[in-house]
Parts: sequence; C-alpha cells; structure tokens
Amino acid sequence: MRQLIFAITLLITLGIFAFTISRIIRYFSFTRAAFPVKNFGARFRVMLNIAFGQTKIFRMPVIGFFHALVFWGFCVILIGSVEMVIDGLFGTEKALKTLGVLHDIIMASGDIFGLLVAISIIIFLFRRLFLHVKRFQGIEMKHISHVDANIALSMILLLMISLLGMNAAYVGYNNASGEPGYGMYPVSVILSGLFTGMMPSTIRTTYEIFWWAHILLIFVFANILPYSKHFHVFMSVPNVFLSRLEPLGKLPNMDNVTREVRLMFNPDTAFTVPAADVPVERFGVKDVEDVTWKNYFDSLSCTQCGRCTSVCPANITGKKLSPRKVIMDVRARMKEKGPGLVRRGKDYSDNKSLLRDYISEEELWACTTCNACAKECPININHPTLIVDMRRYLVMEEGSAPGELKAVFSTIENNGAPWQYSPEDRLLWTKDLEMKVHSL
Amino acid sequence: MKTIKVEVPVMAEVFARGERPEYLFWVGCAGAFDDRYKKVVRAFVKILTHLGTTYAVLGKEESCTGDPARRAGNEMLYQMQALKNIELFKAYEVKKILTICPHCFNILKNEYPDLGGNFEVINYLQFIDDQMEKRKLTTDIKALNNIRITYHDPCYLGRANDIYREPRKVLKSLTANLVEMHRNKSFALCCGAGGAQMFKEAEKGDKEVFIERTEDALKTGAKIIATACPFCMTMMTDGIKYKNKEEEIKNYDIAELLAMSLDL
Repeated sequence: MRQLIFAITLLITLGIFAFTISRIIRYFSFTRAAFPVKNFGARFRVMLNIAFGQTKIFRMPVIGFFHALVFWGFCVILIGSVEMVIDGLFGTEKALKTLGVLHDIIMASGDIFGLLVAISIIIFLFRRLFLHVKRFQGIEMKHISHVDANIALSMILLLMISLLGMNAAYVGYNNASGEPGYGMYPVSVILSGLFTGMMPSTIRTTYEIFWWAHILLIFVFANILPYSKHFHVFMSVPNVFLSRLEPLGKLPNMDNVTREVRLMFNPDTAFTVPAADVPVERFGVKDVEDVTWKNYFDSLSCTQCGRCTSVCPANITGKKLSPRKVIMDVRARMKEKGPGLVRRGKDYSDNKSLLRDYISEEELWACTTCNACAKECPININHPTLIVDMRRYLVMEEGSAPGELKAVFSTIENNGAPWQYSPEDRLLWTKDLEMKVHSL
Repeated sequence: MKTIKVEVPVMAEVFARGERPEYLFWVGCAGAFDDRYKKVVRAFVKILTHLGTTYAVLGKEESCTGDPARRAGNEMLYQMQALKNIELFKAYEVKKILTICPHCFNILKNEYPDLGGNFEVINYLQFIDDQMEKRKLTTDIKALNNIRITYHDPCYLGRANDIYREPRKVLKSLTANLVEMHRNKSFALCCGAGGAQMFKEAEKGDKEVFIERTEDALKTGAKIIATACPFCMTMMTDGIKYKNKEEEIKNYDIAELLAMSLDL
C-alpha cells in the first residue's frame, strides 16, 4: 500500500515535471543556433571549476561561502534523496547501505550539511528581510521577485528541517527499539535526545511523518522550480557546462553578413540578386525568437542575484542599463510569447517585441561592452553578446543609432578612421622623431 | 650620449626593397590622429628602436579595424574593414602584429580569425615583458624616483583577454611604489569609453563613468595613473582635469613611463 501511494505520487510528480520541461523544450525550438557544443574536456573542466568548485561565487567571499555550503550540501543530500526514492518504490530501508562505509560518509555529510544549509538559508532570509542589500533593488526587481526568493528560501529551510527531523527520529527510534541503524548522523545524534523516553512506536511514526514530509516537499519543490527564478537549481550546472568558451572580448561572427560582404567584394557576384528561395534571416535580435538557445538557457538559469548589475559601470553611474534586467526580460518575453508561438507557429506575432516593449534603446546604448557583468556572473551568463546582437538589429535592420555613431560609421567608411582625418595624415606622428642613444 | 633621428619604416617601401620585417606595428587610429596618444606611439617606437626590433607600419594604408563599428552593431561595416585589412596583411606576408591599442589587439587577435585572418597578434605589454624576460631590456627601478603609480586595467586587455600580469610586471620594474585601486584586475571598473561610447555622449545618469574611475585612482594617492589604452587615456586625463588635480596627478601610458625611465 505504502509503495503504491509512493509510486503514484512519484508518477504524478514526474508527469507534471515532464509536461513543464516539454513546453520549455518547445520554446527552445524557436530560438536560433549559437556556437556548436564541442570540446567536452574543456567543458568538464569549466564545470568542475566554476560549478562544483564555486570559484566565481567566491568573488564575493563572505556571502559566496554560504552559497557554496548550500550548493555542496544539495549535491550530497541529493544522493540521500535518491535513496529515499528507491526505498519508497521498493519498500527497502536505507537501500544504499550496501555501499558500507561510503554510505556512512554520505549520510553523515548529508546530516552535517543539512544543518549548514539551514543556517545559511536563515542568514539569506534574514538578509533579504531585514538588511538593505543594494544588489536586490532595481527597476527589474518587482515585488514578485522578492516573494519568489522568499518562498524558495523558506521551502529549502523546510526541506532541511524535515531532513534533520527525519534523521533525528531515525536515530531516536533505533536507540529506543534496539534495532540496527544504518549510516552515521553526527548532528542528528544530538537532536535525537529530544526523543528520549518516548515509545519506540511514537518515534517510528514521527520518523514516517518526517520522511513523507521531506520527500513530498522535494516533489513539490521540483515542480515549482521551473516556474521560479530558482529554476537556477536545475539549470545552473548545465549552463556552466554549456558556457561559451571563447575569450570574453570576442563577439560571435555573423556568417550571414560575411556571405553578403564576400558577394559584394567579388566582382563576379557584386551585382547578382540573392536567390529568392534562401530564407532571409533577420540581422540581430529584435524579439525573443531571434535570441540563441544559449541566451534563453542563460535566462532560465539566472537567479537574479544581481552581481552583474552591481559591477556594471553604466548602472553604477545611474544609467538605465541593468544587465540582470536584460537577461530577465528574455525569460519574461518568452513566457509571454512562447505559448502563442507553440499554438500558431513561428510567424505568430502579438505586436510586441523584446526590443522596446521590454528593453529600451537607451539601455542598449549605455553598455560599454566592458564585460564586467559576464566576468562576475557565477554561472557564466553572457550579457554583452546579447546587447550587441540587439544593437545589430537596430543598426542593420532599422538604421537607427545615436547620431554621433552614425557619423562615426560614415567616417570609418570614407576615411578609414572613426575621426575625420584623411588617411594621408596617418604618418604625421612620425615627424621630427628623435631619441637619445646611450652608447656604452 | 647623442641624439639620433628615428625614421619609422613604412611597409610598402620596406616590402618593395624585399625586406620582411619581423613585426607589423599596428599604430591604430588613436595613435595616428589623437594628439595626446601620438606621444605614446612615439615613445613605443623609441623603445622598438632601442631594442633594435625590425618592424614596419602600414602608414597611409592602415584603416580602422572596425571595432567601434562592430561594437555599435554595424557588423556589415566591420566585416568590410576587416576583410580589406586581412587582404592587405596577406599581401605583405605579415606573420606577427604588434599592437598598443587593446581594442585593436582584441579584434585582430580574437575576431579576425573568423574571417580568415590568422596572425600572431601581440600586445605591446606582452612584447615588453618578453623582452625583459629575455634580458634584452633592463630598467633601473630608481630612474623614476620610486614615484607612486597606480595602474588602470583596460577592459579589453584585462577581462577580455586575461592580461593582468604583464603590465604590472613592467610597472614593478619602473617603481617600487605601485599601488592598486580597490577595484583592480578582473574587478577593475571600465573608464566608460568602450563599446563605441568613446564617440558618443553618455546616456542620462547621475555621474560620468570616467569620474567614478578617476576617484578610484585619486584615493590611492598615486602621482601617476598608468594606462595602456588610448580611450582610457582620454577618459583618465579628462577625469583629472574635471577634478582639478592636474598638479597632483598625471596620466601616462606605460610605454611613455618606460621610455622616460630609459631616458630615450
């Protein structure tokens, strides 16, 4: 009976999850190609270093440390959750106990991390509720963002409380009943003192309640995550694995432009009309279906921590640009337009667009492409390439740019320099150049 | 000690004579046209002469790399510039390109290969560091009287290409009093001029980026802000003027400081 209920619950959980994920995969199908994913060796190294090593989160050492505790804790506790699912399905108890000492280590570290994660989460909640953290403010941080954060943090706290409660009751029951227990629980051994003097059956029931509470919380949490900014929990490690491996300074080449320019430069093809059957792809990004799958992946992985915005020179000096907002806007726009794209196909339009309805030109032109945001992002989100892609749409499709920049374009075209000087004057700096020679 | 006239070799002439200089020295538009930055290029050429490096410049044939156009979204114009430049490099059988401007460095090194332009691109600070490493260039740490210097990382050397070590190593050979701003290396704040901002007014805000950055530099109590980028130089120099600190603090490029310490 217990196994049947568990199996049904698990099936419902997986069913809802599969539905959510299949919809998101549909959304991905509307996005554009990015770089090819190869070089797996380098990708694993980046993932070990940045995701599992948490190296970029430590750029802010104090709060980064607590995040690292939560991350490492999740990794260890996840193994315990897998064991719980096996136990639930097959009616076993501590199915992984066959691993022997390794099982003891997994249980012990899960138990210790349960406490450490709970402490970290309490610090995070306290910080969000009672301290004024500038990073958590900004035009993009609506009330809902804060509610979202607090719900997720509270759920994690409940997960940890139920985990520790479960472990403590497990140890307590084994002590009271004399039955053999499996695994080591350094924290819960202390907590199990709460159960001294209780009937073994009462402790057993308490254990069962905590066990179900913990696993059901996991199931609920897993299905809330894809709709929350905390989708981060699932997406961030893959996002790091799928990082762009190029130097930050390098922008992706537009191969469709290269084809046109080469046609133009070749006297044989300079005046031919492009073949009509080749679908014309829009230059740059105007709406959410112009972004690459990686941009959308970035937007789903972002947990709105705001490290990017806190180091943005434009944002620091009061300009409208916030790199975090650009990434959040991609996700929000896909959420708005995605269902229509699914129903009516790729040509669906709701007379709105990512550009202007979400991201203004003023924001885009404020970027210095300094890459501080991309450098800071703990999960390797790349904001500047997307910003430049939107500028590409503005300039090449609409011919729109700040007046001074239009002037720069024509000066480069005519004089080969961004300033209005003649190429003839390019050697003036060499005139009357003298130097001292110190002969030995 | 005597004074000699430095003739800057021009590629078209050198090539016609059948010579193949080791480096193409890419001067950049700021080097050619910005009056303040011309002094930096002149200083670097003196260093090249001092080292006896064989190099040539393109002179009138040099044309914008396309960086400001590209970062402002004009990919078409960038690629036209790039393809023309690549053809020119190939015609002159160029193998190694020396740059001083980090924006030129980044685009030549990282972005031209996508268009078939594969050359060894070296930034002047890497080059100088290498020469010091090989003991072809020695400096006297006391030549500048251990003046206090702070270094402003250009985004396109630092974050864009992870070049943090070389400029500091060169500067440490010029003074024992190199101090860091609180935001430095990969944390460094942009001067505000990248991404084609150099050529336009900033968007509305409550402060200019270059002022914020100049304040970082002033807090160090340094006498010199060392820069390694023409745009950073314009911005830092403007910042010093804006703060009326022209008496207390000066802005020099690392190439100028090195040429000064070598008394070239």
